[in-house]
Amino acid sequence: MSKTYILIPGRTSQQGVGINEGKFEATYQSEISVLQVALDDMEDLGLEADDFVRVTSEHGEIEIKVKSAKKGELPAGLLFIAYGDYSSRLMGADTHGSGMPTSKGIDVTMEKIAALSE
Amino acid sequence: MATVTTDASQQEPELKIVEDATCTFCGCVCDDIELTVKGHEITQAKRACVLGKAWFLNHSVDDRPSCLIKGQPASVEEGIERAAQILTQSRYPLMYGLSDTTTESQRVAVSIADWVGANVDTTTSVCHGPSGMAFQGVGEVTCSLGEVRNRGDLIIFWGANPAESHPRHFTRYSLMPKGMFVPNGRKDRTCVVIDVRKTKSANTADIFIQLKPRSDFEALWTLRALCAGVELEAEQVLADTGVELAVWQDLMDRMKGSRFGVFFFGMGLTMTRGKHTNTEALLALTRDMNQHTRFVCKPNRGHGNVTGADNVVAWRTGYPFGVNLTRGYPRFNPGEYTASDVLARGEADAAIIIASDPMANFSERAREHLKSIPYIAFDPKETPTTRNAEVAFTVATYGINVPGTVYRMDDIPIPLRPAFDCHHPSDLEILQAIEARVQEIRVQGFQSTEENTSLRPARELPDGSIAE
Repeated sequence: MSKTYILIPGRTSQQGVGINEGKFEATYQSEISVLQVALDDMEDLGLEADDFVRVTSEHGEIEIKVKSAKKGELPAGLLFIAYGDYSSRLMGADTHGSGMPTSKGIDVTMEKIAALSE
Repeated sequence: MATVTTDASQQEPELKIVEDATCTFCGCVCDDIELTVKGHEITQAKRACVLGKAWFLNHSVDDRPSCLIKGQPASVEEGIERAAQILTQSRYPLMYGLSDTTTESQRVAVSIADWVGANVDTTTSVCHGPSGMAFQGVGEVTCSLGEVRNRGDLIIFWGANPAESHPRHFTRYSLMPKGMFVPNGRKDRTCVVIDVRKTKSANTADIFIQLKPRSDFEALWTLRALCAGVELEAEQVLADTGVELAVWQDLMDRMKGSRFGVFFFGMGLTMTRGKHTNTEALLALTRDMNQHTRFVCKPNRGHGNVTGADNVVAWRTGYPFGVNLTRGYPRFNPGEYTASDVLARGEADAAIIIASDPMANFSERAREHLKSIPYIAFDPKETPTTRNAEVAFTVATYGINVPGTVYRMDDIPIPLRPAFDCHHPSDLEILQAIEARVQEIRVQGFQSTEENTSLRPARELPDGSIAE
């Protein structure tokens, strides 16, 4: 059974720079297309930078490249991704009467995959 | 409008300096930027942060057509006509976005929504919408950023990461400035960052408190209890928040000992489970603290004029976001009339998206529905939203090509000083034309209907007559 993690999508300055350059340009696309994983979790899953993982939430599934978070930035069990198409695909539509989908603190599972699906 | 600096004579484009230009990328709305402008390009943006530089240096004139209909180039007039037809033929149009344009455009947009009986929502609903609900429920002890700059001696960031989202927040408003009552600037201030992640902002803090994920509400109520002098069980507090009771007690002692404490909070509170109840807890704590010292609470607003969107929609309809005008009068209900919900439930049958990108940021269900209905999009740049629009307008950029007013995150209106002209129309010009055309179509509709059975109230028409 896959281990459960908590995903925190958020802002990064590179993502902000990328928005200005254009959402179809390299800066934005590369910033939103990588998942940051805590060092302990990288070791636990035998992951190295640029490996691929499948991340699954109750609402969707993505395949994405990983990189190690800076030391101390993420505790084990917490994942980070810059806001964008990938994070939105894992987010549910229910806003619980608030207008705001639960966009941070999403329960996900993560498994290593050899390559992206066709 | 700023002076046009063309090089029609093949000469070098004119070089000019724009002083005190206003950056509209984030809610800090820094209005002290010095721009060097060469023709239709900004070559330097002095004093701008990394985001501000990217904003100014990457908004030269886009060479896409000013209007696309179903992906094909069209005249702006054709786009206006198609947009008016889509909106007037719709039974439940959605208007969404509005936070990256001027208050002048926002005002006209809400008029259009009123004419067509639309559901109006802004990006606030997926940003600080829950904070808006909390303000209504608890109230807001607030101040301007100028007061923070001159008085704040304990600055607490909760679920916010201004080092990446508002890079000049520290230097311009909250930490570094030497103020009237904090003459030594940073030395006179204590900075606390509370977050689940050790962000770049945490590196700036004197104290960093790393919360257990999704325990903001419990942590805030722990502080409320300590503020009221309630004794708590240390083990329970640690289990609930992931932080020792002694750490919270130390923080409360510092809060009570401060002369002017400030909470800045971000989407770590509003986007996490609990949402508006998290923010309500923070606002209530701020209120409690005023029994001991002066304390205020401010949301760190994201988009350049999202605060203006709240203000304009509130003065036009009485409510700040998530407003339904289909019955001819405004109704407010987050969760029902907010854009993400309206789309995810498949309700809207047409939409007008102004200066935002829901096709990148909304849930899959909401995006799928938006893709299935005709909609109009406005943006200076190509985005996933403009790519799927039935009518896509490429518009001049506010603050760079277009003058007007924006509201800083503390509700202070700031004028824009554009740098150069652009051949694309402003969204204001297009919205005004759509409003005029929508009015014409509505008037024709009223005149051709012998018996108007609409529930909408009678309206005064532009010629002074009453439509019944």
